[in-house]
Amino acid sequence: MDFGFTNTEWFFGTMIMDKLNEIYGFQVVVNNLGNFTMGAVLTLEITLFSLFIGMIIGMIAALGRMSKVKIISFISVTYIDFFRGTPLFVQILLLYFGVIPLIFDATPVQAAIIACGLNSGAYVAEIVRAGIQAVDKGQMEAARSLGMTPTQSMRFIILPQAFKIVVPPLINEFVMLLKDTSLVSAISAHELTHTGKMLYASTYQAVWVWGAVCVFYFIMTKAISMLGDWTERRLAN
Amino acid sequence: MIVVKNLHKSFDKLEVLKGIDCHIHQKEVVCVIGPSGSGKSTFLRCINRLEEAQQGQILIDGEEVTAPNADINRIRQEMGMVFQLFNLFPHKTTLQNVTLAPIQIKKMNREEAEDIAIGLLRKVGLGDKDNVYPSQLSGGQKQRVAIARALAMHPKVMLFDEPTSSLDPEMVGEVLEVMKDLALEGMTMIVVTHEMGFAREVGHRVFFMDEGILMEQGTPTQIFDNPQNPRTQAFLSKVL
Repeated sequence: MDFGFTNTEWFFGTMIMDKLNEIYGFQVVVNNLGNFTMGAVLTLEITLFSLFIGMIIGMIAALGRMSKVKIISFISVTYIDFFRGTPLFVQILLLYFGVIPLIFDATPVQAAIIACGLNSGAYVAEIVRAGIQAVDKGQMEAARSLGMTPTQSMRFIILPQAFKIVVPPLINEFVMLLKDTSLVSAISAHELTHTGKMLYASTYQAVWVWGAVCVFYFIMTKAISMLGDWTERRLAN
Repeated sequence: MIVVKNLHKSFDKLEVLKGIDCHIHQKEVVCVIGPSGSGKSTFLRCINRLEEAQQGQILIDGEEVTAPNADINRIRQEMGMVFQLFNLFPHKTTLQNVTLAPIQIKKMNREEAEDIAIGLLRKVGLGDKDNVYPSQLSGGQKQRVAIARALAMHPKVMLFDEPTSSLDPEMVGEVLEVMKDLALEGMTMIVVTHEMGFAREVGHRVFFMDEGILMEQGTPTQIFDNPQNPRTQAFLSKVL
């Protein structure tokens, strides 16, 4: 092969290029700390909003799933099965390009929150259901025997006890959700992974760019699990 | 006061109650005895509809508990229940266990409910344990709190479902003592129990149940000293 330069030239050329890359690669991260941070903040925002939606929908779906009214439990089970049984990536694409445009004109971030929220809701529903069912049956009987309605029994007796049980799995869900939001980069929501894609495309610094993205994700997930440990310790007392 | 007519209850194909008929009068203490699996607890749980009977009627002061449109939540307020496993609310202090139902259901104000609750806790001998969580109490103490919790709603009837069966032997006495005081005050009580001494001493009437049938009933003297039914005789010969 003839590239138009000698072996020696080629050898020293690549050495210089490699050296430059090492220096320049590091610079990519330093120069774009602001961009990474903005991406991380948006990732956190999408996660928090999704989790909020997921908690509300999940709570409703969990109670719906346990409902004695057939149609309500059927709808809840179908919802949970669909969102747990299909890939989140596909759900994001389906909702952003297919379903949401039929209803309103959503920005990628809005669509991302809706998709992740709906997906998370299905997992939260199962966590909440497990938590409620883990509370001893005698608790419900004691509450009902005092004359409480099913709603009062749930509110004063079952849910406060279930809450303690569901905190660890909910924190886990929070962490999973934060990592899963990386998939919304596919619909150009400018979160952390999308920032990584853009910077990689303009610099080709795979190790530096994706390494930095990993570090940013890790800082966030670590913070959440520390928050979870703290909550658990508080609740234990 | 309580009338039970032809009560039937099955769990799937297993028939647990095969037609129970009885009357329980006001201020009467009825002790239900019999072997395990005889349907005693199920009978008790049907009275406040923790179990739904398939057939038959239960009337309390003329009001049909078993009617499909009965206001079961209001009826249950007038029936206290004490469980074998206490079922105290572990996330609430003993005082909160006792005040919860009066405050939330009867909309009583907190001070009044707490006054009543302190009085009841004193009555069951736990006046100094109001700020303690159930996990810090012994079994006997838990059961006494459970009794106070049920009494806080001023029930007309108290249902006891084997209240001493899960207690260490040395704690049985303190719970029975509280129940005895309650009986002396004139509370109408239905007590499912294996404590034959209690049934004999405190009970006005004893029901012997076996295989879902109320085999024999009578005063403690009749049942314990002169049982007529061979099943009663066989049972008592094993436990006494």
